[in-house]
Amino acid sequence: MQNAIQVKGLQKSYRQLHVLKSVDFEVEKGNIFALLGTNGAGKTTIVNILTTLLKKDGGQVTVNGFDVASKPDSVRQSISLTGQFAAVDEVLTGRENLVMIARLRHLSHPREVTDDLLQRFGLSDAADRRASTYSGGMRRRLDIAMSLIGKPQIVFLDEPTTGLDPEGRIEVWKIIKELAGSGTTVFLTTQYLEEAEQLADQIAILHEGEIIVSGTLAELKKLFPPAKVEYIEKQPTLEDIFLKIIGNKKEDK
Amino acid sequence: METIKMKNYFFMDMGIMLIRSMRHVFRSLDTIITVTIMPIAMMLLFVYVLGGAIKTGTDKYVNYLLPGILLVAIANSAGYVSYRLFLDKQRGIFERFHSMPIARSAPLWGHMLTSLVSNVISLIVIILVALLMGFRSSAGILSWLAIVGILTLFTLTLTWIAAIAGLSAKSVDGAGVIAYPIHFLPLISSAFVPTKSMPSGVKAFAEHQPVTPIVETIRALLYNQPVGNQIWVALAWCITIMFCAYLFAMRVYKKRL
Repeated sequence: MQNAIQVKGLQKSYRQLHVLKSVDFEVEKGNIFALLGTNGAGKTTIVNILTTLLKKDGGQVTVNGFDVASKPDSVRQSISLTGQFAAVDEVLTGRENLVMIARLRHLSHPREVTDDLLQRFGLSDAADRRASTYSGGMRRRLDIAMSLIGKPQIVFLDEPTTGLDPEGRIEVWKIIKELAGSGTTVFLTTQYLEEAEQLADQIAILHEGEIIVSGTLAELKKLFPPAKVEYIEKQPTLEDIFLKIIGNKKEDK
Repeated sequence: METIKMKNYFFMDMGIMLIRSMRHVFRSLDTIITVTIMPIAMMLLFVYVLGGAIKTGTDKYVNYLLPGILLVAIANSAGYVSYRLFLDKQRGIFERFHSMPIARSAPLWGHMLTSLVSNVISLIVIILVALLMGFRSSAGILSWLAIVGILTLFTLTLTWIAAIAGLSAKSVDGAGVIAYPIHFLPLISSAFVPTKSMPSGVKAFAEHQPVTPIVETIRALLYNQPVGNQIWVALAWCITIMFCAYLFAMRVYKKRL
């Protein structure tokens, strides 16, 4: 089966700073893929390249089978991006935001699509209020709803739960699980390791410009066999694995 | 095939962008006050408070003043273009649009079109008020078309300058700063008083900056007087500045992608 996303030897520098040295990974169709990394590791740079916002310096990147450099329009037809900041128009109402995106996607029934999404995301009551009056969680829900218009095959979510309260976070997790359940491929970046543990089918850790580990959570856990302490067998959390790997890498240098 | 499809949608997408930013204009009392009410207040002030003491050589001061007031209204709107562009850039709205299958420049052109449409509305309101205040013009349809053309050109020129500011600003305040130098140009020109009463240094500046020939051209067109070469000076100023500002703004816009 063809992969939803394929990245080989991806490079990107900002002047002297080599953010991405050589990044390789693949995302299977219908999976939730979580890209982990510390702040400034280059997660957003990867998202921007995959969503055609930024040009790569080198390497091969295909999204939904289309090369991002030579077929950006086809890539844009297949994807949607929910960026780090909830990109909703605060002056417009929730409904107007959704209708605008539906029109820009040239759907034949923008109003019906909008009503359906408002319902699904629990925004029907707030539909005719300006988005500036929304709470952080509502804004994020509207943001994600806007991204789902036109049923993109691959959804990119760049730190979708940053700044949300635990309740809002759980709501977003639920949405992501439903998305993947309906066959959509989800590419997720996050700083919250618990989030990756909860959601992801595949996890990759980006550190110092390279993917240093990738696999399923079970595979990652196998890399670090449980430490045998006197009588308690302690399973490492993903957080332990992450910090350990980064620590080891630093010592190698 | 993809590219053909995109082209067909360009104007439609721009129209959607236009509707969006027009909502921003109409829902911002601040914008309406600055671009319509302020120029009207200024017109009232100059005509009914200061006008009696200003000797312009025309029978009615409102006739002399109106072209300048129209330019002030356009200048006032420039800061808001910059502000709206900045917010779109900062809040990730451009990123959202650019990751969608729509023409890359549609969001920017949407802002340009909004500037034109909102200025048309505010200028019509101002002219209606001027009519109530006794403004009368002997201009024919061709002269009016020429006036519309010059005002459009002036609007686009200022809007492209404002676009540079909005796209390259690092803060909201920075985006708005462009408004100040633009506000001053109509004040130091023949828009309110004839330049002959000014001290020589100021007079030299006033006579050799873009607003004076634009004001003089519009005035000549309104009252059926010969436009002379002022119109060419006005066009040269506008087209040169607009072209440079357009190229520069486009460069900044594309670099942001």
